[in-house]
Amino acid sequence: MNDWPLWEIFIRSQHGLAHKHVGSLHAPDAEMAVKSARDVYTRRNEGVSIWVVKSADITASSPGDKEPLFEPANNKIYRHPAFYEVPEEVKNI
Amino acid sequence: MGMETPLSPEETKFQERVDAGIKIEPKDYMPEAYRKTLIRQISQHAHSEIVGQLPEGNWITRAPTLKRKAILLAKVQDEAGHGLYLYSAVETLGVSREQTIDDLLAGKAKYSSIFNYPTLTWADMGAIGWLVDGSAIINQIPICRCSYGPYARAMVRICKEETFHMRQGFEIMLTLSRGTPAQRAMAQDALNRWWWPSLMMHGPSDAESKHSAQSMRWKIKLFSNDELRQKFVDQTVPQADYLGLKIPDPDLKWNPERGHYDFGKIDWDEFYNVIQGNGPCNRERLRARVKAHEEGAWVRAAASAYAEKRANRQAA
Repeated sequence: MNDWPLWEIFIRSQHGLAHKHVGSLHAPDAEMAVKSARDVYTRRNEGVSIWVVKSADITASSPGDKEPLFEPANNKIYRHPAFYEVPEEVKNI
Repeated sequence: MGMETPLSPEETKFQERVDAGIKIEPKDYMPEAYRKTLIRQISQHAHSEIVGQLPEGNWITRAPTLKRKAILLAKVQDEAGHGLYLYSAVETLGVSREQTIDDLLAGKAKYSSIFNYPTLTWADMGAIGWLVDGSAIINQIPICRCSYGPYARAMVRICKEETFHMRQGFEIMLTLSRGTPAQRAMAQDALNRWWWPSLMMHGPSDAESKHSAQSMRWKIKLFSNDELRQKFVDQTVPQADYLGLKIPDPDLKWNPERGHYDFGKIDWDEFYNVIQGNGPCNRERLRARVKAHEEGAWVRAAASAYAEKRANRQAA
């Protein structure tokens, strides 16, 4: 069991638009990972589709980079529709 | 408080994040003691789910109807799932899955002492769902908001599923309590045996609890053991009344001034005795886990061999 890689599990629910990360599990290969994911994460109709990805294959942004990565978006509030004032008489905009 | 050493700048920043309600994630800085406390707590919790399958597994083949058997199977399967969610959460703290499970099998790890009591009759399936899972829900709901992200997320899934566990248990008790005199007596006997161990599930009294204060600062714990226990008693007494069953505590009485039920003294000697390995079933539980692990060795070996064969074929 120590040799079995860790897999990250993503499930798309019936009405879900995208696969969502739900957790992880150990399995010897992708096929077994899908089978186990079905047992562990979809016992109550949580999903209609399963993705499994080896944890080792995921590259994540580092918590230390939070500011340089995400700060620039903070001061660009003009990217949101609420930034713009629309006169009340104007409809459908 | 005088014994505390001042926090380092990193620790101060960490505490500020916790205070602000920001979740701590696996790659974030965390004090070593926070990591160790979480490893201990989450792994004990995971082991409790896994060992907790055993007292109920005892009754799967002897459930009174096919419906009850299917329900019990689903519940025990949920517990295996809960164990897995929690083992995954432990792993994010840098301990391998194998190490965590080896610690359990070697008898080095603790699990909830309630699972060291035997399940003597079918009514115990009702009492466990109603009281033991009822206690567990009260302990676990606040953990859905704890400071460590992976633990909090695992707990959200678990709490959703535990409600089914508690209700199916109460329904068993309800059916028995409306049954023959012998069935009512069986339900009462189960309540008599599981009541006090269920109160112990909330842990030692606040004054005695070693880890409580620090865990509360770290928001691993949000309510004290005594608060959780009181909540359980207040919630359960009216349910027992509805069943027409008597809670085995002569001191149990509504206290209108406090707005809570007063209840009798808990026998903490029994609690510590069971924790130290001298409960009725400690050895049997561990033996069953080790046996299951050893007898599953060939399945794990076969799965590995098959995966390897397929990988080689793809490479060729």
